[in-house]
Amino acid sequence: MAIQDIFFYLFAALTLICAFLVVANPFTRNPVTSAMFLVLSIISMAGLFVLLHAFFLAAVQILVYAGAVMVLFLFVIMLLDLKEEARRHYKTFGVVTGVVSVGALLAIAVRAITTSGLSTGVQPQAEGATNALGKLLFTQYLLPFEIVSVLLLVAMVGVILLSKKDLK
Amino acid sequence: MDWFNHLNPTFQSLIISTIKVVGVFGAVLTMFAYAVLAERKISAWIQGRVGPNRTAPPLALKIPFLGALLQSWGMFQPMADGLKAFLKEDFTPNYVRKAYFWLAPAISMVPAFLVLAVVPFGSKLGNEPMVIANLDVGILYTFGIVSLGVYSIVLAGYASNSKFPFLGGIRATAQMISYEIAMGMSVIPIFLYVGSLNFSDVITWQANNGWLILYSPISFVIFLIAAFAETNRLPFDLPESETELVGGYHTEYSSIKFAMFFMGEYAAMILVSAMMVTLFFGGWTLPGLSTPASTIAAGLLHIGIFVAKLLAFMVLFIWVRWMLPRFRYDQLMDLGWRRFIPLALANILVTAVVLWMKAN
Repeated sequence: MAIQDIFFYLFAALTLICAFLVVANPFTRNPVTSAMFLVLSIISMAGLFVLLHAFFLAAVQILVYAGAVMVLFLFVIMLLDLKEEARRHYKTFGVVTGVVSVGALLAIAVRAITTSGLSTGVQPQAEGATNALGKLLFTQYLLPFEIVSVLLLVAMVGVILLSKKDLK
Repeated sequence: MDWFNHLNPTFQSLIISTIKVVGVFGAVLTMFAYAVLAERKISAWIQGRVGPNRTAPPLALKIPFLGALLQSWGMFQPMADGLKAFLKEDFTPNYVRKAYFWLAPAISMVPAFLVLAVVPFGSKLGNEPMVIANLDVGILYTFGIVSLGVYSIVLAGYASNSKFPFLGGIRATAQMISYEIAMGMSVIPIFLYVGSLNFSDVITWQANNGWLILYSPISFVIFLIAAFAETNRLPFDLPESETELVGGYHTEYSSIKFAMFFMGEYAAMILVSAMMVTLFFGGWTLPGLSTPASTIAAGLLHIGIFVAKLLAFMVLFIWVRWMLPRFRYDQLMDLGWRRFIPLALANILVTAVVLWMKAN
């Protein structure tokens, strides 16, 4: 087994275990612990990106998710009443809907993988190099890219609107 | 060196990398120890005091002249400080959250060391480039890892389970997130000039075209000030302002755990100094000395130049700390969000337009 394979299984296992501990930690119901496991899960996923030679994606994954989004999550969680959160139990409705949607997603993933016929010959379009990725984003995928930007702008405007107490 | 050439390449690179890692690690720890001494000596000098000048191990004073001189410079003080930190009682209050209480100091130095792995600290020694990992997305990686630095502080605040550390942790989070944005945007003009995210390319470009501070002084000013905020140094040390918060996020910590936070702060200072040297001041180059070294002596000289520039920034950090009063929290936020972020955005735009005009 090559060293890449060992790392792949290591990071994949870490991602899955940590992701599981985010939603169903048997030891504690503390939201901060969940958030920290989500951070670990995100970082191990960045490791998987590195193994795919997608260095840019890996760096951005850590920069945006682990470094910014999760810090904000933690920030908000700490301002909440944690004891109240820790006392909450699983509700039947939540568990049922969760299991059903996970099952559906799994079915889609399995079907997609089997019908696409995973071949080893697929070359990634923008491997590693940031330049190539930038060129692709601003030529071939310009429209989706701009639409995503507009989506973010809408979210920002929405936040400002919601946080203003009186609209004048 | 004959046996070395017979090893297979994987082992060779492994051995060389290990040597480099241990070297950088040792250099940073030594630098930390003497940065604390410099901090005490410079503060004493600014305030008209003498500073540490008594500590000496028993035998050192037997050395004629030199022993007494080193004693008066306080050169043995870091040893005594380190020993004290280890030997003091490590007290854990019974109301803290144990797991995070241990985790927070343990991870306080990790980001700084991870980032130093991609900073080129010299040109070459023999055939070996003086950088641990020559990463193509070096700068992005740097900012990614730097942004993880906030976790140790926020977890310390949370783990302490008491009011003042918590407030310190919350302040630190808000401050570091705010200034990370300004810091990240301030270096975008650098990418625009250089056209690469690799630190080695940044240095090569500067060797050919002159230091980037001449091209983009506004970037440097924003980066420098954001660096002060990121490392929680005065005038932006709100997370640990002792007059308001007792001690900030590390109030409940004692002994070596406290020292770990202390080391984390200095490691972060070394890190941002290294980044400023690399991004704006040409790294290991000096005008006239910018071709990669072909001899060992030239290679060592380049490392020396890098370290000298880095130390100059460390002195600046210490100097500013003892010269300026602390900002108010609202002033800090105002400066970050309303001044630096728009300024950084304008800087990016103007740089882009200028480069576009030049290209036409």
